[in-house]
Amino acid sequence: MNILITMIENILSLFKYRFFDNALLAALLASIICGIIGSYIVAKRMVFISGGITHASFGGIGIAYFMGLNPVLGAAVFSVMAAIGIEWVSTKSNIREDSAIGILWSFGMAVGIIFIFITPGYAPNLMSYLFGSILTVSSLDLWMLGGLALVLIIVFTLFYHLILFIAYDEEYARSHKAPVNLIKYLIISLVALTIVLNIRLVGIILVISFLTIPQSTANIFTQRFNYIICLSILFGIIGSFGGLLISYYFNIPSGATIIFSFVILFILAKMIKIAQVKIRINKQFN
Amino acid sequence: MPIVELKEVSAGYLDDIILKEISLVVNPLDFIGVIGPNGGGKTTLVRVILGLIKPFRGEVIWYQQTDKPLLGYLPQSNQNDRQFPITVKEVILSGLMSVKHFTGKYTKKDVQKAIEVLELMGIPQLANRNIGGLSGGQMQRVLLGRAIISDPQLLILDEPNTFVDNSFEHDLYELLKELNKKLAIIMVTHDIGTITSYVKTIACVNRNLHYHQSNIITQDQLESYNCPIQLITHGQVPHTVLGDHEHTHNHD
Repeated sequence: MNILITMIENILSLFKYRFFDNALLAALLASIICGIIGSYIVAKRMVFISGGITHASFGGIGIAYFMGLNPVLGAAVFSVMAAIGIEWVSTKSNIREDSAIGILWSFGMAVGIIFIFITPGYAPNLMSYLFGSILTVSSLDLWMLGGLALVLIIVFTLFYHLILFIAYDEEYARSHKAPVNLIKYLIISLVALTIVLNIRLVGIILVISFLTIPQSTANIFTQRFNYIICLSILFGIIGSFGGLLISYYFNIPSGATIIFSFVILFILAKMIKIAQVKIRINKQFN
Repeated sequence: MPIVELKEVSAGYLDDIILKEISLVVNPLDFIGVIGPNGGGKTTLVRVILGLIKPFRGEVIWYQQTDKPLLGYLPQSNQNDRQFPITVKEVILSGLMSVKHFTGKYTKKDVQKAIEVLELMGIPQLANRNIGGLSGGQMQRVLLGRAIISDPQLLILDEPNTFVDNSFEHDLYELLKELNKKLAIIMVTHDIGTITSYVKTIACVNRNLHYHQSNIITQDQLESYNCPIQLITHGQVPHTVLGDHEHTHNHD
């Protein structure tokens, strides 16, 4: 009992630190953003495209460093352009989409490395872009995350059915004269912005997990798009908060511990589901 | 007044002209069976009418200037992701997309209408199921429901019988016959044997289009239309097979 109280006191004492508050707020906002966009990515099977955009954005970071601009801004411009490029390529039937993604994926990384190395003087800490640093988020980062979360909530509330129907059957939507291209380019841009802001938190290597693991966990329990969004936000919050605590106690980089707890959640959910199915089968025999 | 007219339309993909200067007038309550060899341009014709591809030459003229939705469309089935997280009811409601002006919320009345359509399709119990668990025939019923929920003036079906079980195939044609009392139908099909008992006219598409003002067609006529389709012989007299075929299908 005493141990438990000490543990809770320990956890509560963390909130005395501003950086930990900020990290929690960032994790909360990231869970909302990624819950929405990630559900779309998983439903539309766009995980590979998202990986391509993530890595392409590194080119933007490199160019921004070289020109002395804000790297997040550089990454944002570069990745939105890459995203729109991939979307445009995929509508042209004579170019193979997955090959185009592969080219952009590696080209972005190459551009990033080249520009960072030819930038004279101070060389930035590449590790922080590869693995992120949620414990050092600035208030500007938080404002941007909050702004994006707001935009996503508004867009997905107002156009929920239109987005769902276009994602499900684009050609049918076109035959109804729905603004298919507008919605597709809008959402792929939002995907790019989501990725860029999350690189700051969990890094290029790990950002895809925020967009896929909570969603796949939610998908174990429900097949409905709006439920998947809500549940994956919930799983995102649980996993990232848990990951932050593990990170603090064991002094391990937070990006890795967050993804680790996502996967633990996923495995737990899968086991619960398997047990549920077994019970249901057994009931039918009794 | 016709619903839609194709005037000397040429269309295709990239630089490949598949349909060459075809003309077609679709009038209210028409039931046109579209037949022709593979690669002859049947689906291209459908896509031109749907506005999914722009013709190289010629024009597609819609005559009805009403707010009423013009088109319902049943695509060649099973092309969409069957694991996509969407329910049967939502797929049916998506047939109202053009009526809802894209931001409108779906009202209780719309949902009620969706349930009625599901009852008409004989699958009301599937309303809240995810599409992932459906059989091919059930999926086809859902997609047909989506095509008719908006009460369109013209229903276009692209090989509706491809993935359908036999029991539904008969239901499907009876349903189309019923719907045809209110709307025009264009149906692409390979199953020339069955269609003649339901369609009113036949369009033979093989890069050109020959419009046949009757639902009885002979092998000789098909050849003269440059439309090499093997007729399934059911009757005694080879040259009136389909007329005879119609008879064999009417008894049930």
